[in-house]
Amino acid sequence: MVEGILVNGLIRGGVYALLAVGFSLIFGVARMINLAHTCFYMLSAYGIYTFADLMGLNPVLAIIISLIATTIIGLLTYKMFIDRIREHHVTVLLITLALAMVFQECMILGFGSHYLGAPSFIPGYAEILGVKVSYQHLLIFGVVLVVLLCVWALLSKTRLGIAIRATAQDPEVAGLMGINVSRILLVTMGIAAALAAVAGIVVAPTLVLEPHMWTHPLIMIMAIVVLGGLGSVKGSFIAAFIIGFVEVLVVFLLPAGAFLKGAIALLVMVIVLLVRPEGLFGIAFEEERL
Amino acid sequence: MIRRLIKDFQGDVLAIPGRLIALVFLLILLLIPPITREPYILRTLIFTNIFVIFAVSWDLLSGYTGQINFGHALFFGIAAYTSALLNTHLGWQPWLTIPIGALAGVVAGVVVCLPALRLRGPYLSLVTLAFPLILLGVIFAFSDFTGGELGISGLDRISNSRTVDYYISLLVMVVSVLIMWKLTDARSSLVRTGVIFHAIREDEIAARASGINTVRYKLLAFIVAGFFAGIAGALNAHFMRIAGPSNLDLFLSFQAVIWTVFGGIASIYGPVAGVYILYPVMEFLRIFPEHRILIFAGIVVLILLFMPEGVAVWIRDKLERECPRCKLSNIAFRRTCRACSTSLY
Repeated sequence: MVEGILVNGLIRGGVYALLAVGFSLIFGVARMINLAHTCFYMLSAYGIYTFADLMGLNPVLAIIISLIATTIIGLLTYKMFIDRIREHHVTVLLITLALAMVFQECMILGFGSHYLGAPSFIPGYAEILGVKVSYQHLLIFGVVLVVLLCVWALLSKTRLGIAIRATAQDPEVAGLMGINVSRILLVTMGIAAALAAVAGIVVAPTLVLEPHMWTHPLIMIMAIVVLGGLGSVKGSFIAAFIIGFVEVLVVFLLPAGAFLKGAIALLVMVIVLLVRPEGLFGIAFEEERL
Repeated sequence: MIRRLIKDFQGDVLAIPGRLIALVFLLILLLIPPITREPYILRTLIFTNIFVIFAVSWDLLSGYTGQINFGHALFFGIAAYTSALLNTHLGWQPWLTIPIGALAGVVAGVVVCLPALRLRGPYLSLVTLAFPLILLGVIFAFSDFTGGELGISGLDRISNSRTVDYYISLLVMVVSVLIMWKLTDARSSLVRTGVIFHAIREDEIAARASGINTVRYKLLAFIVAGFFAGIAGALNAHFMRIAGPSNLDLFLSFQAVIWTVFGGIASIYGPVAGVYILYPVMEFLRIFPEHRILIFAGIVVLILLFMPEGVAVWIRDKLERECPRCKLSNIAFRRTCRACSTSLY
């Protein structure tokens, strides 16, 4: 059982980490809470189902198409809807919520609201520590690690990463230093959407696909991002594993755990915030007025 | 005395188009049952009235005081469940269970406020989001007592006639909205809360530096919002005759945000207009059951793209102009202020 908890917790935490890092990135740079973030995860999962299952394309081709398509949808939504009203924070929040509902309804119209399943990329399983782990789960974990390392390298080593971090610290000063702030915002939105798309693509075969699948991860990644400290990528990464493990522990150990897993994970977040109001790795900007 | 009242009425209501519209609107609402007794219309309007209270209480807490609350359904749901349990298990009457439900909302407000006082901005929003979801998990886990997925049904009606129901909901709505309007009126000389709420939202540190006990006023905002959202929840439970998990749903919390931001945040008439536009539209869209939420979300997106401040605020800015000298509202086509005759251009 301990091995089961360990393996499942690592995988769930990894998926949450992918989603939360993107969410945290776009919050840190554009100061917007993007409630449509997990919709990109849903869209790419449905993309895999459409291209690999319905159209019978090669899995690699299906992965590439749905990754690119989701990223383009993310960029378009930003350009068309969010960019124009960026100054009104609450309105941005509401628009992203309405867009999430639009995506959800489009999925219901396109695929119906029943449960669907996508095929596994590589069937079969390996035995690690006596637990049967399917190759798909290993693939998820590998992809998560590689992608997160790439994000870390991008943010800390490249010129683009420095520009993104500068914009996150202070958009006005970044603009004065010759950084094209609105283009950086667009690029960040693209990266965030692509991260969500990768998460959706790798987990698609292990999940049931349904049009409401964006809500539970959304709540969880919001809890994770707050727990780790808003805008802190490292914090989101660690908090994702904390919340992932809490969820898996509750499901494994408590009766009626499936109902309580979300509740207890959120309770952990509330308790941590009571002790440390700025999250685990957040910095308390006393003078910052959001 | 009477002459003065008439004069005040002319100066403060008839001269300002926004208030005139509100008055005409109220008169129309009062006249609806004599005009039509169609149960469907009355039922829709009853729920519209209830959700007006709910949305306005969100506006008081989040729009005015700036404590953006994503879990407003907590107060609604706790009040609904409290009055449902008291009514079905102990057999208490609605006139008793509704105030107790509202008090349960106040208690919930205080409980949420304790962590919320330490947090600000998005942290606060996301922590408040967690509370109704935690409670929802508990409700599903202990389904023998709470009814689980199905909720608690079979509550007493408030009255036997739909017309009486309608007038009760209208009365409670008007009184609640007037109280909350007065509490948030920044120019009022009677209560100071309005201007203090504004100050807390704009700059909490500056408010504290000016000698305002912000903790006390934030607590007050949570209590007031919890009370009125609780009234809405308890009324809703008795009119629907059921209290279920949908009363704590994330979607209900977000609907308060949708209605308020759509109408115009931090303006009491904003959420009123928002609910009166969007709730009947949502009901009307039942003709297209499959595309209902899609059309609804589409309307919200499109209107907010062109009126990011909200519909009611956009209309008010077209109709009224504030005098630059004496800050009095004037109808838009006047060239000079009606009180101090300064040029309005």
